[in-house]
Amino acid sequence: MRWLVGLKQLQELGILGMNCRNIDFIGRYNRRSLYQLVDDKLRTKELAKRHGIPMPRLLFTLKEQHRVKHIGNLLESMSEFVIKPCKGSGGKGILVIGGREGEFFVKSSGAKLTLQDIQRHMSNILAGLHSLAGTPDTVMIEERIELDGRFEGYSYQGIPDLRVIVFQGYPVMAMLRLATRDSDGKANLHQGAVGVGLDLATGQCLNAVQRTLPLQRHPDTGKAFTDIEVPNWRELLVLTSRCYEMTGLGYLGTDIILDRQRGPLLLELNARPGLSIQVACGFGLLPRLRRVESLRKKHACAEDRVAYALSVLGAMNGKHATEMAP
Amino acid sequence: MTSRKLFHCIVALLILAGIGLGWLRHSRMGIPFLPGTHRPVWLAEARIDFIAQGEPVTVSLDLPDNPPGFSIFSEQAASPGYGFSILDNKGLRRGEWSIRYASGPQTLYYKLQVIPIPRGKTDEGGPPAEIEPIYWNAPEALAAGQLLEKAYAMSSSPESMTRELIKLLNKPEPGQNAALLLGETPLAPLLAKLLNYARIPTRIVLGLRLEDGRRNQQLSPLIEIHDGRHWRQFDPLTGVEGVPDDFLLWHQDGQSLLEVRGASHSTIRFAMMRQSIAATQLPYAVGDRSPLAFLGPQSLPVEEQNMLRMLLILPLGALVVVFMRIMVGVRSSGTFMPILIALSFLQTTLLPGLPSFVAIVALGLLLRGYLSRLNLLLVARIATIVIIVIFIILFSSLLGYQLGFNTGMTVAFFPIIIIAWTIERMSILWEDEGSREVLVQGGGSLLVAVLAYLLMRWPLMVHLSFHFPEINLITVALILMMGNYTGYKLSELRRFRALFPRLGP
Ligand SMILES: Nc1ncnc2c1ncn2[C@@H]1O[C@H](COP(=O)(O)OP(=O)(O)O)[C@@H](O)[C@H]1O
Ligand SMILES: [Mg+2]
Repeated sequence: MRWLVGLKQLQELGILGMNCRNIDFIGRYNRRSLYQLVDDKLRTKELAKRHGIPMPRLLFTLKEQHRVKHIGNLLESMSEFVIKPCKGSGGKGILVIGGREGEFFVKSSGAKLTLQDIQRHMSNILAGLHSLAGTPDTVMIEERIELDGRFEGYSYQGIPDLRVIVFQGYPVMAMLRLATRDSDGKANLHQGAVGVGLDLATGQCLNAVQRTLPLQRHPDTGKAFTDIEVPNWRELLVLTSRCYEMTGLGYLGTDIILDRQRGPLLLELNARPGLSIQVACGFGLLPRLRRVESLRKKHACAEDRVAYALSVLGAMNGKHATEMAP
Repeated sequence: MTSRKLFHCIVALLILAGIGLGWLRHSRMGIPFLPGTHRPVWLAEARIDFIAQGEPVTVSLDLPDNPPGFSIFSEQAASPGYGFSILDNKGLRRGEWSIRYASGPQTLYYKLQVIPIPRGKTDEGGPPAEIEPIYWNAPEALAAGQLLEKAYAMSSSPESMTRELIKLLNKPEPGQNAALLLGETPLAPLLAKLLNYARIPTRIVLGLRLEDGRRNQQLSPLIEIHDGRHWRQFDPLTGVEGVPDDFLLWHQDGQSLLEVRGASHSTIRFAMMRQSIAATQLPYAVGDRSPLAFLGPQSLPVEEQNMLRMLLILPLGALVVVFMRIMVGVRSSGTFMPILIALSFLQTTLLPGLPSFVAIVALGLLLRGYLSRLNLLLVARIATIVIIVIFIILFSSLLGYQLGFNTGMTVAFFPIIIIAWTIERMSILWEDEGSREVLVQGGGSLLVAVLAYLLMRWPLMVHLSFHFPEINLITVALILMMGNYTGYKLSELRRFRALFPRLGP
């Protein structure tokens, strides 16, 4: 019986559950044929280029097994880069190389890899080990983004990334994901990164969780999260909002990375964004989603949508959220 | 909204069709809802003995025709050297044995298997023929008249008169009249004679009282009177009306029960025995040709039946997977892999199956650890794992055999490719997300597999899914309904527990 009460409470908190997300949002607002635009990071990159949305630069790609043998020449002169499977997800198969030490490639965690290790990793990617359906994949080598100085100490050995859920073009919820020792330089929550819920109205920290447990300070650096504030908040939200026009996906998870010089860059898009963002923020998505759904006339341009999100949706925080739920 | 409605209609239709067809099958074909139900079958054997005199012999025996309350399941005659055929003369069946030459004592058998069925209306035989005049000698006529007068005075209708007459004749010390009449004629023919004399159309039918293990029985008589509208049956000894449930009507009407030509000293004796048959076999054994039976898997040869049994139980496994994933939120590696594991458990049974599965996967994971150093391409690696798994299975089979467990062999039922993939995925999972995730997903898969196995092995479910294939329509409806469930999974209680006001910070 206790769990019945629990289910009721989830409902009161406006938590979006997996089944509801799949049927009412992903199923209804994301056309299947559009998935490929975001499931393949290369296609996302092309698309973003056409729409003038900034992303980390692509250095080169690798499609054939036989080229893996000669990859040494290409990597010779490079010390900082990121290897990714084009169709990967959840941080799987991503290798962030932060420097060289003679023969060795040094991961951001400090672990050293030989050229052979890298080659094996690449051939695994090509064979489809990390791709969604186990189908053969392409390796992409991307420039490594450097940590924005304002986040010094918040992220351990990795770049924080920002997850914003965009529903029908309206940013509805945001969180900052901070890499930890556990998450190995990647900021994917289920790998142990810290999720910091952000106030949609201001970009300030609401609260933080790691593996669903709340915490106040970074587990590795000890820095308190309370005074986190994401710079250029409005600009960043506009960037995420424009991804709606770019892809046509109604329910979208956008990953933003903050570059020292260039500011917010789009890292990747997700047609099935996870639900943990609600734990990081401390309240549910449903009231905001329903609110946007109930809008008679949607705003046509990204700036207006962001303005609406900042003023109306951003005000629906915490307890307030349930009161305003239709 | 309309598509919603359509969906609900379809679901409701599927459920109704499932239940309706199942019910039809149950009521029309008598397939029970519970497994292991057996129905009694009576084996009755007529044994005819006679002494042949070295000339052509013809033996003709009246056979039961549609005995009320029973359905003839099989019949056969055993009689070496004799030709046998069943002659059907306007619904009156007679078995006829014939031989050109026979001499000395001879024995013929006729065997009949009948299944009790609900008794329909026993109003056969049509209206009575003209009553033939009855002749008594003088003292008999007097006694009969007095007896009938007495019975008549104490009754109001043909049937009550019959009862009274039976009572009078069966008294412990029958009166002078009764004793006189019974001295001349046996009870049943006497009753018929008396009643016919009183202008109540009466005839005698002969039948077998079915009693398990009885031998050397004779057919016992029942008196049938016509009350103006129906034939009604009375037991000539007790006066109880109606055909007893264990009364197998064998011989009606005027013709003789047994006719033997070309031989002498003929006798007939009956033996009977109660047997039982799985109730599910009945409709097919009896030769039901209705469309329902046509659509039943039992009409197939046994080998195909066994394969179908497997197929028809599969949807239940799918149901378990869907339930565990959507409603409970168990994570498993590979969506339907648990069903395949469960299927192999069906072959191996859980006890050697589960531990050996875990052992094989664990051993494979260990070896896979070395493989990852070899820098192999994925396809080659999986192929290698397949072969490693085959060796593990071979080894454990041999070991099991040498140690004297014949269970060792059963591991060969595991789908090798599935195991290889499981090992590969688990090992990647380990590298990517750590041992905890391996335990969670591996445990989840096994949990789902075991639940699916338990359900697919439950005799009730095995029985229902096979004998009522339409039950899978209900399964489909349930799966469709769950596919539309937008509520929370049970596991989300845990996932979002940090958010609960009382439990959270
Ligand atoms: N170019 C990059 N520079 C630095 N870190 C990166 C880069 N690309 C990815 N990462 C790290 O890897 C994580 C996952 O990358 P992402 O592109 O989102 O892949 P996935 O689809 O697997 O989540 C990011 O959160 C980030 O921490
Ligand atoms: Mg990501």
